[in-house]
Amino acid sequence: MASQLVMYEEEFHRINGVCDRLTKDANAKVVFLVDKNGQLISAAGQTHNIDTTSLASLTAGNVAAMGGLAKLIGENEFPNQFHEGAKDSLYMTLVGGRVVLVVIFDNRTSLGLVRLRIKKATEELEKIFAALAARSAAPGAGSPFAEISDADIDNLFSE
Amino acid sequence: MSFINYSSREINCKIVYYGPGLCGKTTNLQYIYNKTNPETKGKLISLSTETDRTLFFDFLPLSLGEIRGFKTRFHLYTVPGQVFYDASRKLILKGVDGVVFVADSQVERMEANIESMENLRVNLQDQGYDLNKIPFVVQYNKRDLPNAVSEDELRKVLNPRKVPDYPAVAPTGVGVFDTLKSVAKLVLTELKKGGA
Ligand SMILES: Nc1nc2c(ncn2[C@@H]2O[C@H](COP(=O)(O)OP(=O)(O)OP(=O)(O)O)[C@@H](O)[C@H]2O)c(=O)[nH]1
Ligand SMILES: [Mg+2]
Repeated sequence: MASQLVMYEEEFHRINGVCDRLTKDANAKVVFLVDKNGQLISAAGQTHNIDTTSLASLTAGNVAAMGGLAKLIGENEFPNQFHEGAKDSLYMTLVGGRVVLVVIFDNRTSLGLVRLRIKKATEELEKIFAALAARSAAPGAGSPFAEISDADIDNLFSE
Repeated sequence: MSFINYSSREINCKIVYYGPGLCGKTTNLQYIYNKTNPETKGKLISLSTETDRTLFFDFLPLSLGEIRGFKTRFHLYTVPGQVFYDASRKLILKGVDGVVFVADSQVERMEANIESMENLRVNLQDQGYDLNKIPFVVQYNKRDLPNAVSEDELRKVLNPRKVPDYPAVAPTGVGVFDTLKSVAKLVLTELKKGGA
């Protein structure tokens, strides 16, 4: 069974930093980082009028469906996807097989520049996620919820 | 596979509603959506056919409140029940933390219930999960219909493991929140144990 994803303060700030920088360097509108299971990890740029939770879930659905298609034709995965719209376009990249980097951009930038900057960001993100995985697997990193009581859980449902 | 974020103090869990075609999975989510406060829910997303059959999934994000300073968020998904959408069902089970099996109580759907339960077991296995261990509850839906099989009968066939089970009439909400609370509780209890 896949281990659960645990995010710590330090890595979280580094990840947010990479997404922020990518938004600026690529001249993109928005950058998202989404777990393959549909949980939003980070968002940077003009996120205010986007439903980020829905975006994360649909991204995961799309990546899962494309991954299924890839396997059908004998590919392991399609690591990059590009969708061109009338105004805005969208680029998705798999990072470390575990998360998806989504960049939304318009004609103030170019696909070439976006691709180039994504490549650099992906390398940095891969390192951070490797560090996270090592930290979660370290001895003593037991369940962070071991200390909650049955009463805590019951309280959540009493009203 | 839950996602715990120490930085934003959030915990996200994934619950999947499974069951045969037309058993009422989407109706469960619609009822929950209609009855929760706007602050606690996100958009209900339905990827469905023109005839309102689920094509890929329905998705509803819900906040249930805080435990020891952690916001608990549940992502509810339904699978498409129609037999030929099996590839999609498999994908949606990825990273699941808890499963609700919605059974259709009508006598003529008994075989479909049994097939869907078996399909759930196999698809979970493919993802490395064991139906006998994962947080799991059963709902006997469509209790309002005259051709409904008795609860005892359904229980015998669909719930030999005696997990929590609930009679339901999803369009009017009977049993809907009982089912949700029950699976959410099992998921949190599992987290506490350090499973997942
Ligand atoms: N009488 C009655 N009808 C119900 C009940 N629950 C659902 N229905 C109806 O059954 C039909 C199918 O319900 P859905 O919720 O779309 O079924 P589903 O399980 O999502 O079906 P798929 O998406 O094909 O897998 C709808 O017309 C519902 O109104 C119930 O408890 N009683
Ligand atoms: Mg449906």
